[in-house]
Amino acid sequence: MGQQIVNGLFLGSIYALFALGYTLVFGVLDILNLAHQAVFMICAYAALVLVVHLHMPMFVAFPAAVLLGGILGMGVDRIAFRPLRGRSDSNIAGLISSIALATILEAVVSQIFGPDVERFPLGSVPTRTLHIGDAVVSELQIVIIAIAAAMLLGLTWLLRRTRLGRRIRAVAESPKAARVLGVDVDWIISASFFVSSALGAAAGILFGLAFNNVAPDMGRSVELKGLAVIVLGGMGSMPGAALAGLALGLLEVFTVAFIGSSYRDAVAFGVLFLVLVLRPRGLLGSAALREA
Amino acid sequence: MSLESLQDIWLTYQSTVAFIGLNGLLALSVYTTLSCGQLSLAQAGFMAIGAYASTILTFHTGLPFAVNLAVATLLPALVAIPLGLPVLRLKGVFLAIATIGFGEVVRLFFVNLDFTNGALGLTAVPQRTSMWMIYAALGAALFVLWRIRGSRTGHALEAIREDEPAARTMGIDAARYKLAMLALGASFAGLAGALEAHYTYMVSPSTYSFSRVVDMLVYAVVGGTGVFYGPVVGATFLTALPEVLREVSSRIGLAPGPVRLFVNGLVLLLVILFLPEGISSLPRRVRGALQARRRARAS
Amino acid sequence: MLLSLQDVRKTFGGLAAVDGASLSVGSGEVHGLIGPNGAGKTTLLNMISGLIPPTAGTIVLDGERIDGMPSHVVASRGITRTYQNIRLFPALTAADNVLVGAHLRRDAPLWRRMLFLPSAAVEERAAQDASLALLARVGMSGQAGERASNLSYGDQRRVEIARALASEPRVMLLDEPTAGMNPAEVVAIAELIRSVARTGHSVLLVEHNVKLVMDVCDRITVLDFGKVIADGTPTEVARDPAVIAAYLGGEAAA
Repeated sequence: MGQQIVNGLFLGSIYALFALGYTLVFGVLDILNLAHQAVFMICAYAALVLVVHLHMPMFVAFPAAVLLGGILGMGVDRIAFRPLRGRSDSNIAGLISSIALATILEAVVSQIFGPDVERFPLGSVPTRTLHIGDAVVSELQIVIIAIAAAMLLGLTWLLRRTRLGRRIRAVAESPKAARVLGVDVDWIISASFFVSSALGAAAGILFGLAFNNVAPDMGRSVELKGLAVIVLGGMGSMPGAALAGLALGLLEVFTVAFIGSSYRDAVAFGVLFLVLVLRPRGLLGSAALREA
Repeated sequence: MSLESLQDIWLTYQSTVAFIGLNGLLALSVYTTLSCGQLSLAQAGFMAIGAYASTILTFHTGLPFAVNLAVATLLPALVAIPLGLPVLRLKGVFLAIATIGFGEVVRLFFVNLDFTNGALGLTAVPQRTSMWMIYAALGAALFVLWRIRGSRTGHALEAIREDEPAARTMGIDAARYKLAMLALGASFAGLAGALEAHYTYMVSPSTYSFSRVVDMLVYAVVGGTGVFYGPVVGATFLTALPEVLREVSSRIGLAPGPVRLFVNGLVLLLVILFLPEGISSLPRRVRGALQARRRARAS
Repeated sequence: MLLSLQDVRKTFGGLAAVDGASLSVGSGEVHGLIGPNGAGKTTLLNMISGLIPPTAGTIVLDGERIDGMPSHVVASRGITRTYQNIRLFPALTAADNVLVGAHLRRDAPLWRRMLFLPSAAVEERAAQDASLALLARVGMSGQAGERASNLSYGDQRRVEIARALASEPRVMLLDEPTAGMNPAEVVAIAELIRSVARTGHSVLLVEHNVKLVMDVCDRITVLDFGKVIADGTPTEVARDPAVIAAYLGGEAAA
C-alpha cells in the first residue's frame, strides 16, 4: 500500500508539472497548446544529448534543457498563436496550428534520432534505494518528487508575489483591461509561454529519467493524460491541475495494482469523460463553462 | 505506353487510390460535424465501432457484406446519439476534449476485449471491399452533403455555425441539428472503418488512435471546410503526396516516415496561417486576384 | 392581452437587473419600452425571447406560459427579435439571412430535395421570392446577394428586421432598431414599424430615440432601475412627473 502511494505520487508529480504548463496557457489565452507535448519530448532529448554527447553532469544539463524549453515555448507562441490572434475562429485555429507545429517538431526529432528508444547512461542518475516503512523508494524518485514540488512552489510564488505574476493574472482576467492599464499584453503572453514550456520541459526530462526511456512519440500519451488532468482540475486552475495530476498518478497506480495494467489508460479517459459530462468546470474550476 | 506498363502502374498505386477514397470519407465525417461549428474528435472511435462490428459479423455470421456495411453505418450513429446528448452542450475546446476522451475509451475498450484478440486485433479478415464500393460510399456521402447545402437544413446548419443563440431565436432547434450531424458524421466514419478493415485484411485498436483523428482533421482543414468537397480535396492531396515524397526522400537519403510527417505538419501550418479556407479555395482566390488586377488596369 | 409579463424579476449575483416588472402588449399594438441605460430593457427582452430564464414571475403569450421555455420553442410560439448589437449571420448573404428567419414557416423536408422532387424546387423558389420581397419591404432589394458582414450598420439593422419578420411573428421584439441611423433612415423605420402593426403583428420596441417612440407607439412602459415607473399612452407618459424626473427631463434638457 505504502509502495503504491509512493509510486503514484511519483508518477502524479510528473503529470502535475506537465499539466501546470498546459493549464497556465489555457488560463491566460483560453487556448489549448497541443505543441506542449513536443516541447516535453524535445527537452528530454536535449538533456540526453547534453549528458551523453557533451558529458555534462545532470545538474547542469537539467536547467539548460529547461531554459531551452522556455525559449521553444516562446517560439511556439510566435509561430502558431500570435498570427492567429484576433481571428474569429482563433480557438480552433490555434488548436490546429499547434498540432501542426508538434507534428513538424516530432518529424525533425525522428529524422535526427530515429524511431528507437534512447536511454540515459548508467551513473547519470542516482540509483540507490531507501526503505521507508514497507516501501522501497529510489533516490531518483525522491529527487523527482522534490524537483516537482520545488517547481510547483516556485510557480505559486511567481504568480502570487512577483510583478510578472500579477501581470500574467491581469491578462488572464481580461486582456483588454490589462492593455488599458499599460500592460504589454504580447510580452506577457510570451512570458506565460516561457514559464509554461519550461514546466513542460522539466516534466519531459523527469519522465525520460524516471522510465529511462526517451522516444519521439513519448509526448503523445502524456498529452492526452495532461488533458484529463486539466479538465479534472478545472481548466485554467493551477492548484486544480497540481492536485488532479497527483490524483491521476495515484489512480493509475492503484488501477494497475488492483484491476490490471491494461486498464491503466482507460481510467484516465473514463474520468476525463465523466467529469466533462457531469461537472464540466472540474474539481476546483470556479468559472462557469466558458463560451469558446 | 504498353498495356503491361499501365497495369504495373495500377498495381503500384491502387492502394493509394483506395486510401484516397477512404481518407476522403473520413475527412467528410469530421467536416459533417464541423459544418455546424462543432469540432468532434470522436471520429476514430466511431470508425473503430464500424470496423469491429462488421468484422465480427464477417467472422461469425454468413450475412452478405452489404448487411455488414449497413450495420457498420448505423451502429456508430446509434452510439453517437446518447454520446451527443450530454456532450454537445459543451463548447469549443471542451467538446474537442470530451470527444477525444470518448475516442480513447472506445479504443481501450477494444484493447481489453478478449473476444476480438485485445491489443493485437483481428487479422486475416477476408478481403471483401472492392474499389467501386469505396468510391460508391464516398459518392453517397458527397451526394448527401451536396443536397443538404442550400436546403432549409443547410441554412439552419450555417446559422448555428455562425451564431448559435441567434439561430435559436429564429426557431432553429440547434441541439437536434447538432445531434443529427454528429450521428451522420459517425455513420460516415463507421462505414469507412468497415471498408478499410475488409480492404487491409485486419482490425487493430492502434489503427484508431488519437493521431488518426488528427489526420482526418488535417485533411479537412487543409482541403477547406467552407465547401462540402473541400475535405476530399485535402484527403486526395495529402494521401497522394507521400507517394511523391517517397521517391524524393529516398533520393536525398532521408527516412520517408519523418519526411511525410514533416510535410504534413508544414502544409497544415501554412494553410491555417495563410489560407484559412483551405486549398479548395485557391481557384476562387486566384480568380478574384486576377479580376482585381484587370479592374485596376481598366481604371 | 396577447403578451403579458407579471412581476418578472432577474437577479445577477444578488443584483436585480429587472425588479418585478409587469407589462402587457395587445394584438397589433406598438408598445414602447424606454428607460435610462441599465434600466433592464434588454434583460427583459432576453427573458421574453427565452435566452435567459427569469428568476421569478410569469410571462404569458396568448394564454400559454412561455417563461423558462428554450428560445427556439419561444420562437415557434410566435416571438422573434432583433438585437441591440446586431446579430446577423455574418458569412451569409442578406437574402440567406432572411431565409434562415423563415425557418419556422418553411415546409421543406430534406428527403424531397434528396430525390430531386419538383415540389422541393417549387418550395425553395417560393421561399427565396418571399425573402427577396421582405428585403424590398425594408428597402434592401439592391443588396440581397451581399454578405451581411459587408453591409453598412444601418443596412444590417434593416436586414435584421426583415429576418425577424420572415417568421411572421405574433410579437416582434425590436432592440434599438434605429441606433446609428440618420434621420431619413429613422423615418423609414418608423413607417415600417407602423406597417408591421397594421398587418396585425404586435411590436415591443426598445428605443432611445424619444421622438420615434412618441410617434409610433400606442402605449409606453418606462423602466428605471429594473422597476416600472410609468405605463400609459405617449401623452400620459410624457406628463408623468416621475418619468420627467428619471428620464425625459434629463433628455429634454440636454
